[in-house]
Amino acid sequence: MMNRVEILKKSAINAVIGILLTFPITVIKVNTIDQEITWRWYMMGLVGAVVLIISFFWIRQQERQNSGSTFKFNESKLGLKYHSIMSKPGVTKSVLGSAVLLIVLIPFITTPYTTSIITSALIYIILGLGLNIVVGLGGLLNLGYAAFFGVGAYTYAILNMNFGVGFWLALPLGGIASALFGAIVGLPVLRLKGDYLAIVTLGFGEMTRIFTENSDKLTRGASGIANIPKPTFFGHAFGYFGSTRYIYLIAVALVIIIIFIVWRMENSRVGRSWVAMREDDIACESMGIDLTQSKMTLFIISSAIAGVAGVLFAAKNTFINPQSFTVWESIMILCIVVLGGKGSVRGVILGALILILLPEYLRAFQQYRMLIFGFLLIVMMVFRPGGIIQNVRKIYKIEGEPTNE
Amino acid sequence: MDVGYFLKLLLSGLTRGSIYALIALGYTMVYGIIKLINFAHGELYMLGAFTGLIVASLMSYSGINPVLSLIVATIIAIIYSSAYGVAIEKIAYKPLRKSQRLSALISAIGVSMFLQNFVLLFQTSDFLSFPNLIPTFKFLKPVENYLSSAQVLIYICTALFLIGFTILVKFTKTGKAMRATSQDSKMAQLLGISINKVISFTFLIGSAAAAIGGVLISSQVGQINFYIGFIVGIKAFVAAVLGGIGSLAGAVLGSFVLGLVESFGTGYISSNYEDLFAFVVLIVILTFKPAGLLGKSEKQKV
Amino acid sequence: MKIKGLLVTLLALVLLAGCAKDSKDAPIKIGVPGAQSGDLASYGIPTVRAVEIYAELWNKKGGVLGRQIQVLAEDESCKPELATNVAAKLVGEKVDGIIGHICSGTTKAAMGIYRDAKIVAITPSATSNDLTDSGEYPNFFRAIAKDSFQAVTAAKLVSSLGFKQVAILHDKGDYGKSFATAVKDILEKEGNVKVTLFDGITVGAVDYSAILNKVGGAGAEAVVFGGYHPEASKLVTQMKKSNMDIAFISDDGVKDDTFIQVAKEFAEGVYATGPQDTSSSTMAQEAIKLHEEKYGEKPGAFFLNACAAIESLLKAIEIAGTTDYDAVRKALQSNKFDTTLGKIGFSQTGDPIGVEFTPFQVVNGKYVEVKY
Repeated sequence: MMNRVEILKKSAINAVIGILLTFPITVIKVNTIDQEITWRWYMMGLVGAVVLIISFFWIRQQERQNSGSTFKFNESKLGLKYHSIMSKPGVTKSVLGSAVLLIVLIPFITTPYTTSIITSALIYIILGLGLNIVVGLGGLLNLGYAAFFGVGAYTYAILNMNFGVGFWLALPLGGIASALFGAIVGLPVLRLKGDYLAIVTLGFGEMTRIFTENSDKLTRGASGIANIPKPTFFGHAFGYFGSTRYIYLIAVALVIIIIFIVWRMENSRVGRSWVAMREDDIACESMGIDLTQSKMTLFIISSAIAGVAGVLFAAKNTFINPQSFTVWESIMILCIVVLGGKGSVRGVILGALILILLPEYLRAFQQYRMLIFGFLLIVMMVFRPGGIIQNVRKIYKIEGEPTNE
Repeated sequence: MDVGYFLKLLLSGLTRGSIYALIALGYTMVYGIIKLINFAHGELYMLGAFTGLIVASLMSYSGINPVLSLIVATIIAIIYSSAYGVAIEKIAYKPLRKSQRLSALISAIGVSMFLQNFVLLFQTSDFLSFPNLIPTFKFLKPVENYLSSAQVLIYICTALFLIGFTILVKFTKTGKAMRATSQDSKMAQLLGISINKVISFTFLIGSAAAAIGGVLISSQVGQINFYIGFIVGIKAFVAAVLGGIGSLAGAVLGSFVLGLVESFGTGYISSNYEDLFAFVVLIVILTFKPAGLLGKSEKQKV
Repeated sequence: MKIKGLLVTLLALVLLAGCAKDSKDAPIKIGVPGAQSGDLASYGIPTVRAVEIYAELWNKKGGVLGRQIQVLAEDESCKPELATNVAAKLVGEKVDGIIGHICSGTTKAAMGIYRDAKIVAITPSATSNDLTDSGEYPNFFRAIAKDSFQAVTAAKLVSSLGFKQVAILHDKGDYGKSFATAVKDILEKEGNVKVTLFDGITVGAVDYSAILNKVGGAGAEAVVFGGYHPEASKLVTQMKKSNMDIAFISDDGVKDDTFIQVAKEFAEGVYATGPQDTSSSTMAQEAIKLHEEKYGEKPGAFFLNACAAIESLLKAIEIAGTTDYDAVRKALQSNKFDTTLGKIGFSQTGDPIGVEFTPFQVVNGKYVEVKY
């Protein structure tokens, strides 16, 4: 194991390499219009310092991981304390209870702005949970998830525009439409593996967006659909503040329902077959699991969830256009899943909260948002491929004497 | 049917195809060795274009003649793109060689996002005009309406890369090492092949191809911004998959198929659905030939 | 612990929010939502600056109705989903008026929220027809002529130049496509000019020779293009390089100096419609001078429109004698305002009166007005 000085030395070398590597982009700025060149020499220092710091921690972390002495929350002092508190009878219940109470109270004690952005985050939690089924549980990479989201949103918008269908009817319809779309996409997709699957889903995502942009009659093209009504409560429409709260509560309810569904799925026969498929599809098939059927259910359920999220999105924003459903949107949802923790519900929630709320509250950070997210994706993959909250596989222990039943 | 119109569309399709091919070759080269979709390959093309623009502007403002500045700009662009390529591999892909392929792909997406925004923040979000560095070839005078010098250079480079890479892979010692690494990296290592070097070398030449593409194509198009790599990268990626990813000839064939489909689609149907045609062809071909046009379907061993 | 801390913070926030009073001395709050970061920031930042400059000017004179003006700039990066959040924030801040949003999409997304909260909004740049034609947003005004006005000018230019057959292209975007569609409708209705091709191009493509071949095949004497300058300069460059010598007519998105700087010699002779050039008026000169003093550079896109928007809004509040929604709305609709765009008023639907479009042509590397 290297000591600090050695790491520092190595980092210094990396910093020099970093300065050299980024020299043309960071130091020289060419203004091709006035034919002027600005030399920003201070950038060299800045880049050097940033690379030095990052490199130091990077190498140290690598060393630690190689020697196996990484920080494990569950074994740390804090973790042990956490577990000892949580294992006391009644504590889990009361913590959960107060958390739910707080969540429900948020719209009544904060500003509509806070409520509105938390609702956004909740929509992304739903999307993350949906994509998590495909990516986290099934191990299939879907790079066109935003399209399913879009199908849901447009289902509500179009049905409402033409037939005056309300939110509550559109909610299941959006889910169904998206599920149907998922089934159609699933047919060719299911034959493909790994990287091919990724590019084809990306293709479907783009095709859907191009189609939406071009069919003026159906989707009003790039202009988008405005004036999508907010949900009503048994025919009663709320004012602006009321409906912001109302949508928030609907979103919370949907998140809870979907968490429940996902949790039930995970522990069902189908759910286990997904995980088996992710781990080894050949072994899985030889165990008598129908891969095609299993992938199909995976895809359809995940699409349906995106569809529901889409309806909610359309109702919240009251305006949608194809720009909300691009590849980058799909990548954003993927980031949520990967950052939080593939396969873990808590991880997805955390991921969505970080990725949606952080830039909203740190406006100065907005400019650097995508840069940092890109970097975070790399760091996560290198050091913690399982995400912030890693999914712990259930281990079944059989204690005591096995009995014959 | 108007034959002249058909021929013009054919030429447009070939032009596009050659542009895609120049980038797709690098894509497929990297994939062939480490089975990784280097999602950031388009970004290397963009970095090459930016470096080329910066160097060329520096030189032209100080009055150096365009041909010399084209050569110097291209060389520096190649050096930088290759250095970025090798650095990316070391930072973002090497630690992931043993993990799931999905992890490496996500890491590659991260690299792509990072590099795009890196250029956006440190350079500009605006479009910059790219100087026309390529001299007009006199012998092209009679056909100048159909073929520009940049296009001719793009064709030549594509052909050179295809031939060069094929010779490299098939007939040289390094090529043998590359193929060995591709087939079984553990075994290759046991036989004394330094797979780290082989992989770094692959990234180096793949990125160099992207950089040349960046300078040539940007000269042809006349403008660049931070996003050009992503758009062209996706198309080249589709082309490489279409042709059978990992196969050099496949990448070129796929690129031309894609270019022609887009061109004829635009010419005879509507340009509205240009990208749609590209993806439809991709899905249709993959449905019937899951490994692409020239790709070998791998038998999975248990 | 954490939950407790959070609760305390939340409580504090609620209490603080309760403290804000609606007194007579409280400042008049003007919200300026728009793209202030990301790739469209260059369209949004000039508006923020315009409002800040005018707020300063008025504040020096003693404010409006004796109240100081406070500017609240909010960034939404031209994304509808962020725009609704920003709108909620501004409504929560109880702003008295909005200058924005910048893009048509975000304006559509946010306008309903302002309508329900009874807040007047004047945009300097959102030109989508729907915003006023739909009649959905009585609180909406704009200090820029809508797309269809622009199309009328372009169509008139096409006929006056004597073309018989034109090809119309667009970038499939909201702005470009609605312009292109409007031009096509007008030309087809008039019947003198034949539209031989109507098609959308793909933004960011590396080569447009296929679509240009199609234009050539359709026997067009001119191309009308709806979209922004990056695609326009690629099209023009490629046309000129392959010696396709036909006229190129485009919209306000191309009537931008960046277009000439990027397309260079190929830009020569290109027509583009744009708002009447009022930058030589004293008011505009003054505003430009203030901008240069404060920010050390020339103002960017829609700066003069934003100046006109804020000026009209503040004057309307003054005339109305209150920040009350109905009164301000009425004041806006029934008065004429001296602005950087000249003397303008607002129609019942919120469209500006007195803001005209004129055609321009690139001559010797500069846009000059053409008479037709």
